[in-house]
Formats: sequence, structure tokens, C-alpha cells
Amino acid sequence: MSSMNGLIIQLAYVAAAALFIMGLKLLGSAATARKGNTFSAAGMLVAIVAALIDQGIVSYQWIIIGILVGGLIGAAAARLVQMTSMPEMVALFNGFGGLASLLVGWAALNGDATTFTVITIVLSVLIGGVTFTGSLIAYGKLSETLGSGAIQFRGQQVVNSLIVLGIIGSAAMLSMDPTNMTWLYAVIGLSLLFGIMAVIPIGGADMPVVISLLNSYSGLAACAAGFAINNNILIVAGSLVGASGIILTQIMCKSMNRSLGNVLFSGFGSGVTEATVVEGEIKPISVEDAYYVLEAATNVAIIPGYGMAVAQAQHVVKELCELLEQNGAEVNFGIHPVAGRMPGHMNVLLAEADVPYDQLLEMDEINPRMETVDVAIVIGANDVVNPAAREVESSPIYGMPVINVDTAKTVFVLKRSMASGFAGIENPLFYKENTRMLFGDAKESIGGLIREFS
Amino acid sequence: MTIVFLTFILMLSVFLGFELINKVPATLHTPLMSGANAISGITVVGAIALAGTGDQDLAQWLGAGAVALASINVVGGYLVTDRMLAMFKKKEGARK
Repeated sequence: MSSMNGLIIQLAYVAAAALFIMGLKLLGSAATARKGNTFSAAGMLVAIVAALIDQGIVSYQWIIIGILVGGLIGAAAARLVQMTSMPEMVALFNGFGGLASLLVGWAALNGDATTFTVITIVLSVLIGGVTFTGSLIAYGKLSETLGSGAIQFRGQQVVNSLIVLGIIGSAAMLSMDPTNMTWLYAVIGLSLLFGIMAVIPIGGADMPVVISLLNSYSGLAACAAGFAINNNILIVAGSLVGASGIILTQIMCKSMNRSLGNVLFSGFGSGVTEATVVEGEIKPISVEDAYYVLEAATNVAIIPGYGMAVAQAQHVVKELCELLEQNGAEVNFGIHPVAGRMPGHMNVLLAEADVPYDQLLEMDEINPRMETVDVAIVIGANDVVNPAAREVESSPIYGMPVINVDTAKTVFVLKRSMASGFAGIENPLFYKENTRMLFGDAKESIGGLIREFS
Repeated sequence: MTIVFLTFILMLSVFLGFELINKVPATLHTPLMSGANAISGITVVGAIALAGTGDQDLAQWLGAGAVALASINVVGGYLVTDRMLAMFKKKEGARK
């Protein structure tokens, strides 16, 4: 009877895995993505129901309380979160996932654990702990409750190495004597500390990489927990998430022309800004003059960056886009892979403002067309349109693929002030012959343009 | 033997994951991430067994905590992904 029960549960896990895989496959196209998410959610439901019918369960009280509490918090967060704050929310959720795996690993330890089990428990505690505190720091940096700069101090690498050695040592001791919980607590404490140490030296501009990586870790932690408790659905689902996070991390690194090691250890954006000699002068433009140029334009490209999110300008941008189209212009959006604070952040904000997704072009699609563009409007983006990446070999971002707005006939840069970008790098674009600066709050500036049109 | 079997599953899932995720367009990367987040809440499945022992010991409380945390991921992750994906629309011929 109980083996029958076990068989049903295992078969349900197989079905759940199939649903997860189909769900991810459907996520391959914007037209089917929503259905894919529903498939994936159905898979999760099947897996949870299967876990609940396990005959080993004696009391449902705390299971139900846990699901209710967590479910209510999750539902409230999902409903209330602003689209501009998605990176913070994903960071927090990554952290919760990590902590859950840490707790499962911890609870799975008992006196007669084999060395293999102890290793998997240590891995789930380690990855889960790093994910948890690392995500909290990332959350703090993204929400600016912590300073977004990179924190570095002398001897940082030494301290980190000591922590790693401490974790390995404690793990070795634990595998020799699994009844001695002190070593497990040491692993937990050091893992939590290591998560903090790993993320503090990373600057705010590199957060897209960090949350992709933590996303991956949250999956790998689940995977390790699956090994610790011999559960293959945790391994399948966890490794799918792990793979997803790793791919996003790679894409982000490639888009910044940097290696992962460089992102994790160099403290980019905190160091000294080199004094590039930029020739030319800043040419400001008034809203009225900008309107005259736009009115005559037949091909307009809009390049949004995080500044658009900060100014909550996506809805007025959409409005301007419609007015330009009514005026006979073709309008496209050029989205750089690292624009915003997480992969695909700009696309979600523009989708929220009802911009159709086929109007959002990736960097490689928009760049070849840029020479035919009459006006490129840069809204709150800086480093991702910086021509220094192509021209100035001494620039820290030299070699990074950028959107070549400077090859458009005219460039408008909407900017609050002349302060340099998040990464603190001088931008020669602002001094180019064909660049006009439209200073002020992006939302107000665009609002002004809309008033001129109507 | 269990170790080999589980490792086998791990290896296949990782390769499958790479194949699947590589096909996701950049425009959907945020929903992909929050959807992946929801999937990583799969830990709830492991936590349920731990929380249901009725033993009133440390392991049970840890399990209950893990159930709650993972449930945040599962419910929050799927709902917010759905909310986002509902906003993605294709360009229509006629404009309002």
C-alpha cells in the first residue's frame, strides 16, 4: 500500500517535470508565454498535491499554516509591486528561495547521515545561505536603502579566502561527526557572512548580473536540497532554474564586455574615473525647438534606460510615440540588454505602458538602422549609448557593445543634469556635433513635447 | 546507485535547461526570471514532508519555515509573472 502511494507520488513528479519543461518551452515566444507560465504553475500544483498525499505526513497543521502565510505574502507582493520595482522583488524572492533551501538542508541533517548526504546538506546550506544574504544586500542596493556603490577594503580577498577555508573545514568536521551540530551552525553562519561579502564589492550598475546569478543560485540550492533529501523533482526543477540564471548571467556579462570574474571581484564603478579629454561643447535645446525637429522627423528611435523607470516616464513616452506616429513618423524602441536593473526590465515597463512588443528592437536589430534615423531620443540611458565604448580605448567600458545613437542624424538626450552615469564614466556623446541636451525631469520634458504636439 | 541516478537526472536537466532558456527572447527575460523564481520554490515539496512529521522538534519548525518561504516564491512568482505577461501585446492593425 505504501509503495503504491510512493509510486503515485513519483509519477506525479514526472508529470510536474513535464509541465515545467513545456512551460519553459512556451516561454520562447511572447505570444505563448502566458500559457507557458500557466503550464508551469500547474506543474507546481501537481508536485505540491503529490507531496501532500505522502503517507509519511502525520500532521498537516504546520504545513497548512506555512502555505497560507507564505501564499498570502506572495500574493500581496505580486499584486502590489510596481513594475519599476521588479528587480527588488525578484532579488527578495531569490533570497527567500535560498533561505528555504537552507532550512530544508538543515532539517535534513541527522546523526546517521552518510558522507554524501552531509556534502549535499552542506551544499544546500552554503548555496542557500549565500543566496539569502547576497539577495538581501542586492535588494538593499537596488532599493537604495543601502548605498549602491561598491564597498571595497584592503584585505577583502584574504577575509573571503578565510571564510571559504572555514566553510570547507567545518564541512569536513561535520562529515566526520554528523551528530555535532556545532559544525553545521558554523557552516550556516559562515555561508550567511559569505553572501554579504560576495555582494558588497559589486556596484549598483552591475546588479543585472548579480540578480541573474543569484537567480541561478536559488535554483542550484533547491537542486542541492533535492540531493540531500533524495527528491528528484527538486533536482529537475532546481537545475532548470540554475541553467536559466546562468544563461542570463552570461548574456549580461557579454553585453557589458566583461567576464563574470571581473564583475564579481573588480568593484567596477567605484574606482577612479579617468580624466578623458572630451572635445566639443554641450548644446542644450528647449522643448519648443525639440518639437520642431521632431515634427519634421519621419524616423524616430527611442532608447530608454533606468532613468525612464526612475522618472516613471513610460506612459508619457507611449503617448509621445503615438503622436509621432500620427504625424507620419516610424517609431521604434532600441533596448540594450543591460538597460535597467535586471534583464528585460525596459521591455516590461514599456509593455505596461501598452507599447506593443514588436516595436521593441534589440540592440543588434536597431544598430544597422540607426543611420536612417532622423532623431534618436535617449531617455535616462547613459552608459549603454556611450560612443566611448567604440572610440576611447582608455575608457573602462571600451569594447562594450552599445547602441550607436551618435550615428543618427540628430540625438536628443533627456537628462536631469550633467552628472555622469551610474558607473561614473564620462560620456562623449553629450559633446557630439549632432547631440542636443534636453535638461530636466524626463517625464516633464516629454510632457512638454506632448503639449507642443496637441 | 541512488547517487548515480540522481546525478544522471541532474546532468540531463541542466542540458535541457540550457536548450530551453537559450530560445527565450530578450524581451521576455524579466518574466523568465520571475517565472524561474517561482519554479525554484519547488523546495516547498521537500519542506512539506519535514513540516508534517508532527514531532514538534527543531526539524519540524525548520520545515514549516521553509514551507512558508517557498510558498512566497511559488505564489508570488507565478502571480507576478502572469501579471507581467498579460501586459505583453502585439501591435494591432487598428489603433484606438
